[in-house]
Amino acid sequence: MPETKPKDAPPAVDEGIERGIAGLTEERIRKAIRRVLSGETGARLKAYVDTCIHCGLCSEACHFFLSRDRDPAYAPVGKVKQTLWEMLRRDGRVGPEFIKQARIVASTHCNLCKRCAMYCPFGIDVAYLMLVVRRICHLLGVTPLYIQDTANSHAATLNQMWVKDDEWIDTLMWQEEEARGEIPDLRIPLEKEGADILYSVIGPEPKFQAQLIYQAAVILHVAGVDWTMPATPGWDNSDMAMFTGDNEIMGRLKRAHFETAARLRVNRIVMGECGHAFRSVYDVGNRWLGWSMPPIPIVHAIDFYHELLEEGRIRVARLFEEPVTLHDPCNVVRGGGLHEKARAVVRRTCAHFIEMEPNREHNYCCCAGGGVINCGPPYKKHRVESNRVKAEQIAAAKLKGAKIVITPCHNCHSGIEDIIHHYDLGVETRFLGDILYQVMEKP
Amino acid sequence: MTRSTDGPWDPAIVDLPLSPWRDRFLWVEEIQASPAGDAAAAVVRLGEEGFSVCVNGDPWPEPFEKIWHLRYAPDGRLVALASREGEWTVVVDGVPWENRFSFVWNPLFSRDGSRIAVAFQRDMAYGMAVDDVPWEETFPNLTCPLLRADGAATAAVVQTEPLSEGDIVKYREGIYTAAVDGRPWERRFMNVWGLACSADGGGRLAAEVRLSPTEYTIAVDGTPWGETFACVWTPLVHPVRGTVLAPVRREGSWWLAEDGRILWDRPFVQLWQPQVSPDGRHIAAVVAPAFGRWTVAVDGRPWKATAGEMASDPCFSPAGGRLAVRFKDHGRWTIAVDGRVWRQARQMVFTPVFSPDGGRLCVRFKEQGRFGYLLDDRPWELAAEAAWDPVFSPAGDRLLLRTVEGGLFRRRVLPLEDFGKV
Ligand code: SF4
Ligand code: SF4
Repeated sequence: MPETKPKDAPPAVDEGIERGIAGLTEERIRKAIRRVLSGETGARLKAYVDTCIHCGLCSEACHFFLSRDRDPAYAPVGKVKQTLWEMLRRDGRVGPEFIKQARIVASTHCNLCKRCAMYCPFGIDVAYLMLVVRRICHLLGVTPLYIQDTANSHAATLNQMWVKDDEWIDTLMWQEEEARGEIPDLRIPLEKEGADILYSVIGPEPKFQAQLIYQAAVILHVAGVDWTMPATPGWDNSDMAMFTGDNEIMGRLKRAHFETAARLRVNRIVMGECGHAFRSVYDVGNRWLGWSMPPIPIVHAIDFYHELLEEGRIRVARLFEEPVTLHDPCNVVRGGGLHEKARAVVRRTCAHFIEMEPNREHNYCCCAGGGVINCGPPYKKHRVESNRVKAEQIAAAKLKGAKIVITPCHNCHSGIEDIIHHYDLGVETRFLGDILYQVMEKP
Repeated sequence: MTRSTDGPWDPAIVDLPLSPWRDRFLWVEEIQASPAGDAAAAVVRLGEEGFSVCVNGDPWPEPFEKIWHLRYAPDGRLVALASREGEWTVVVDGVPWENRFSFVWNPLFSRDGSRIAVAFQRDMAYGMAVDDVPWEETFPNLTCPLLRADGAATAAVVQTEPLSEGDIVKYREGIYTAAVDGRPWERRFMNVWGLACSADGGGRLAAEVRLSPTEYTIAVDGTPWGETFACVWTPLVHPVRGTVLAPVRREGSWWLAEDGRILWDRPFVQLWQPQVSPDGRHIAAVVAPAFGRWTVAVDGRPWKATAGEMASDPCFSPAGGRLAVRFKDHGRWTIAVDGRVWRQARQMVFTPVFSPDGGRLCVRFKEQGRFGYLLDDRPWELAAEAAWDPVFSPAGDRLLLRTVEGGLFRRRVLPLEDFGKV
């Protein structure tokens, strides 16, 4: 690998990072690095570091590398080189400016999408290594302002969007009222102990996208599901603390979520269309707490819609006519294997389906995930420019006729909208639930 | 409902048909059973006038625009949260409190049910109210409301000043604390979570607090322990010793601490839900002795039997000699008692209930949408449409079971030897 620094790194004037490094000493940095490398990481990190032969085969996997004219600084291994290897090589003796740059690389030059792990002959998971760097930066108090504010909300309210306890319940009642305009006896059953399913969402739904709760309520009602939503904190399945490196808050959020489901004595948790939240409840957060798998089964919306359609509990009145393509969200596809089920739902609901290439587990990330979009406006231009390959993918699908990009993940949805605008692609995004709600038979 | 028996514990079956309710109202929400099983109630939709609560077939005299969270208090009073003209209040047996609020939620009952507390928001100011008396001081936000078991005190986590979005500096300085009966502690923290207080008078209030992004501890009556930890979970006030117990995380493992000092001699992969036996002699907690294995530890010694998915709600018998916990393994729930796992497992088992002498254990279960009971690991497949937790008679020789079967709300009192027969 040639020695390099990223050519077009954003002019990051980020108060969260600047304030964080202001009080740092080399001694404190070294201590934090040692704490993480010797106390919190084990055989996995050592194996990755010892195994990597610096061959660069992972480069071809990364949308940053491909979109930024093959700048080696954006190759997966290039990101490790600029961060973790350097910390190891210098035995933790790095300065505040190094930490600043490491935080920017780990938090805004990598979506933790794990595509590169499929290209590495040894399966080295660079996403994990970037999480280790993020953890070190968190312990040092060096975190981009926007995502730190979101993590603060998570800690204070146990949801991502500073939604107060009463505002949450009020929003559910409001959506129930709205939906009764369409289905007069619809209910959003609150605090129903012993229901079959707990339906959980991410913080932005009650805050900005309450119509998604309305749509989900209609789908659950029409399907005759025995369901409930909690009237207490623990309703939010999202988790930006997982992406800042604040594992303790991540654990607190996941414990609240699972204990809320356990308190309500439900059999399963069905979650809305969110990818990072799936990763948090299904893989990372649950395991930090000591659960090898989710203690109460988690069903992602894709999986659930598939089940409802397969079992005939939701029937399609008329197919969605506009030609669609499908974006595969990394966290539920590479992380959850839901790609075929997503296609089955699309085929059952849409008349014309055009595949994006490459697809399924080889699909390119949206470049919003891994908390990158949550680092906020200072990084937006860099983010969309770092995903030219996604724009090309969508443009190719459009050439074949696609007008709608179905994105069954919140982060992907926002990230792809930004890409569509930036590259002026002239297509629209939809959730799978938007489509299902539109085409389903309703009473 | 007509009574066909003389005393509340005379063996009898009394039925109340629910189908007339469904004919009379547009819809009937979840049925609630009174603690004594002598009444059933539900929120019902009236039509244009809104909602009411139907008790044993008769609606409350006055309708409301909205009603939610209908529950029986332990003393048998029926409590709901309801709104009229956009204002919310607490309604007890059909009679609304005089105070009106912008919203009310999280109703809490004292152990005997004589006191009712609720969290409220009034014109964006947050507080708690007890028996229609709101806190004098209100706050920009409030979470974790708590009512002491004797009903004599309330507490909550409060935000003491407004915070603008993105203000990570002020947040870091600390704008959260705990308030007792509306009076906040002097000290502010970066975060405050789970509260615990002693069951009755002279008690202490303990809370999980975060002093900095990476330092957690327990604060008691506003003063943090001298020791800090990587993380902590909700504390517990020891009912006999008056000390504060809490799970604490150190070097990647969880320990049980008492008043800031490590109490148990061994750590666990996880440790939470600490409980003290009613006689104060034993401490139990849910623990993960290894990654992905769950059980309880009593006085620091984990049971050999473990479950792969969950151990939850440890519960001591009234005299403290026995301990039961809900276990989940391979997708099925069961009960483990004193280290032995029951053979019967179900899709869901609810909270285990000991007889007064601790000799018998009964629990409600659900399988494919139908309810039944397990008594000492022996099933009764009632296939009920709804069911509530069992209640033992004071002498421990009889059971009160409340169910909905064949569209009838059924109150059933039976001698234990008739379990599964009637
Ligand atoms: S995880 Fe994804 S974004 Fe990160 S380096 Fe690998 S391919 Fe690139
Ligand atoms: S991570 Fe794998 S593919 Fe990338 S340079 Fe190292 S060995 Fe090669």
